Amino acid sequence: MSTTTLPDGAAPEAPVRRLGAWYVAEYRLRAMKAYGWTIVVGGLGSPLLYLLGLGMGLATFIDTPVASGPHGPVDYVVFVAPALLVTAAISVATEEFTYVIMEGFRWRKLFWGVNATPVEPSQLAGGIVIAVLVRMLFTTVAYAVLALAFGALGHPWTVLVLPFVGILGGLAFGLPLMAYSAGLTEDKGQFAIVQRFIFTPMFLFSGTFYPLSTLPGWLHWIGWVSPLWHATQLGRVISYGESEPGWLIAVHVVVLVGLIVGGWLAVRRRFTRRLRA
Amino acid sequence: MVAARGLTKRFGDFVAVDGIDFEVAPGESFGLLGPNGAGKSTTMRMVGAVSARSGGDLTVLGLDPDDHGPRIRAQLGVVPQEDNLDGELTARGNLVTYGRYFGIPRSVCAQRATELLEFAQLSERADAKVDELSGGMKRRLTIARALVNEPRLLMLDEPTTGLDPQARHILWDRLFRLKEQGTTLVVTTHFMDEAEQLCERLVVVDHGQIMAEGSPAELIRRYSSREVAELRFGTDRNEAAARVLAEVGDRLEILPDRVLVYASDGEAILEQVAARGLRPTTSLVRRSSLEDVFLRLTGRSLIE
Ligand SMILES: Nc1ncnc2c1ncn2[C@@H]1O[C@H](COP(=O)(O)OP(=O)(O)O)[C@@H](O)[C@H]1O
Ligand SMILES: [Mg+2]
Repeated sequence: MSTTTLPDGAAPEAPVRRLGAWYVAEYRLRAMKAYGWTIVVGGLGSPLLYLLGLGMGLATFIDTPVASGPHGPVDYVVFVAPALLVTAAISVATEEFTYVIMEGFRWRKLFWGVNATPVEPSQLAGGIVIAVLVRMLFTTVAYAVLALAFGALGHPWTVLVLPFVGILGGLAFGLPLMAYSAGLTEDKGQFAIVQRFIFTPMFLFSGTFYPLSTLPGWLHWIGWVSPLWHATQLGRVISYGESEPGWLIAVHVVVLVGLIVGGWLAVRRRFTRRLRA
Repeated sequence: MVAARGLTKRFGDFVAVDGIDFEVAPGESFGLLGPNGAGKSTTMRMVGAVSARSGGDLTVLGLDPDDHGPRIRAQLGVVPQEDNLDGELTARGNLVTYGRYFGIPRSVCAQRATELLEFAQLSERADAKVDELSGGMKRRLTIARALVNEPRLLMLDEPTTGLDPQARHILWDRLFRLKEQGTTLVVTTHFMDEAEQLCERLVVVDHGQIMAEGSPAELIRRYSSREVAELRFGTDRNEAAARVLAEVGDRLEILPDRVLVYASDGEAILEQVAARGLRPTTSLVRRSSLEDVFLRLTGRSLIE
C-alpha cells in the first residue's frame, strides 16, 4: 500500500472500495419498491396459478406417469414444480437484466452518475446483480413454500435447497443476458425478441412440462443449451430423486456454473469498456 | 490541483484531445472555452478519472488517475454536461442516494441534503419528484449533488447550456458563492459571457488543442482591440463594403451577416465609415469580448 505517498487531506476511499457494490444494491432495492407490488403479486400469484392449474387441473387428465423417483412414479405436479420454480427465477432475470440496464446506460443515464463516484464499473454491475439476487430469492422461496403447501415437493426438506437451484438457473440465463444488454446502444425492440424467440421456446422445449426425451431428437439441442433444462433437472434430482446418471448431473452443474462465470466476466468487461471509454 | 502535460485522448484514429498542457491552482476558477467538439468534455472525463488518457501526463489532487481512480473521484464533484439525476426520486432523495456512493452514512447524507437544498434554493421543492422540476432547478440540484461529498475540486461541464437567461443568472450567482468560499472550480463552456463571468483564468481550445491561455482581460488585450464596431450592410453588400473599409481600424473581420471593425475607439470608426459614404443598415459599438478572441485565433465564431 502506498498510503504514505498520499497528499494531505486526501480522503480515504477504503469503505467504498469494499462496499461499493452494496451501496448500489441498496439503491436498486429501494428503486424496486416502486414496483414492489408487482414483485409480490407476481411472486405469489404465478406459483399459485401454475401449481393449481397444472397440479389440480391438467394433472387429472394425465394417466401415464411422466416421471418417477426411486420409490416409483411421482405426481405430475411434483414433476413440474422444479421447472416452474426455475422459470420464475429466469423471468425475474428477463425483467431485471434488460430494461434496467438499458435505462441505466441510455434512457435515464443513471449509471453515468454512479460512474463519477468512487464506485467502480464492476461494483456497479455487482450491486445490480446482488439486488436481483434478493428479488430472485424472494420469488423462489415463495415458490418453494407454496409448492410444499401443495404437496409438490418430493421431500419437504428440499424447500430449503430448491430456491438456490432456481437462482443458479436465473443467473445462468440472466448474466449473459445482462452482458448483452450492456452492449446495446439503442432499443430496437431487442428485448421483445429475446422474450419471444429465446425465452418462450426455451420455456416450452426445455423438458418443462414433459421430459425432454419425449421430444423428437432434432429438438433436444434446445434443452442442452438451455439453463432452464439444466437447472430443472438438478431440481428434479433433488426434489424427488429423478434418476439421472452422475455424469449428467455433473454436466448440469458445469453448464450452469460456466454460464454464470462466463456471463459475469462479460458483464464486467462490457460495463468497464462502456463507462471508461 | 490538476496538472496536465501533453494530455492526449484518441478514439481509434481520431484525436479528440491533442496534447494539451494546463494547471489548476487551489482556490482558482479555471475554464476551458471552445466550440462543440473541441474536446472539452473528453478532457473533463480524463480529469474526472473516468476515462484513461491515451498519452501525456496527468495528476489530479496529486494522484495519477490511472492508479488512483476511486481515491480521486472520492474528492471530486462532477456536474456532467448531460444531467443524470434520478427523475423518479425526489430532489432530497437524489442527494441522499448519491452521498451513499461515497460511503457517507445515510444520516449525514440527510443532513447535508438539507443544507445543500438550501444552498441550491430548492428547499421548497425538496420533496418534489425531479421530473417535475424545471431545467434550471435540475441543474442547481446537479450542482448540489456534486457537493454532497464536500469535494476539493468542483468540475462543471457546460453548466448553463440550454437554460434561459434568468436561470443562468441564478446559477452563476450560486457558483459565485462557491468561489467566494474558496472552492476550486473547473468549468467548460462555449459561451464567452459565461467564461468572462466565471473564470479567473482560461484556455481557449479548438480541435483538441489549446489556442491561448490567460485571464479573460489579458486574452482580450492580447488578441483584440478595446472596442469593436459591428456594421451590417445587408448580406450581399458586406464584402463590397469591407473592401472600402480596408484601411479603417486595426483589423477587419467579415462574417456572412456583418463586418467587424476592431479599434480602440469605436465611435471614431463609425465617423470614418460615414466619411467614406457608406451607410450601414445597423451599426453598434461594443467592447471586445472573448468571442472576438476566438474569432481572431480560429477565424470562426464560437457558436455556429
Ligand atoms: N466515446 C467517443 N468515441 C468516439 N469519439 C468521441 C467519443 N467521445 C467524444 N468523441 C469525439 O471527440 C470530439 C470531442 O468531443 P467532446 O470532448 O465531447 O467535445 P466538447 O465537449 O468540446 O463538445 C468530438 O468530435 C466527439 O465526436
Ligand atoms: Mg461537451
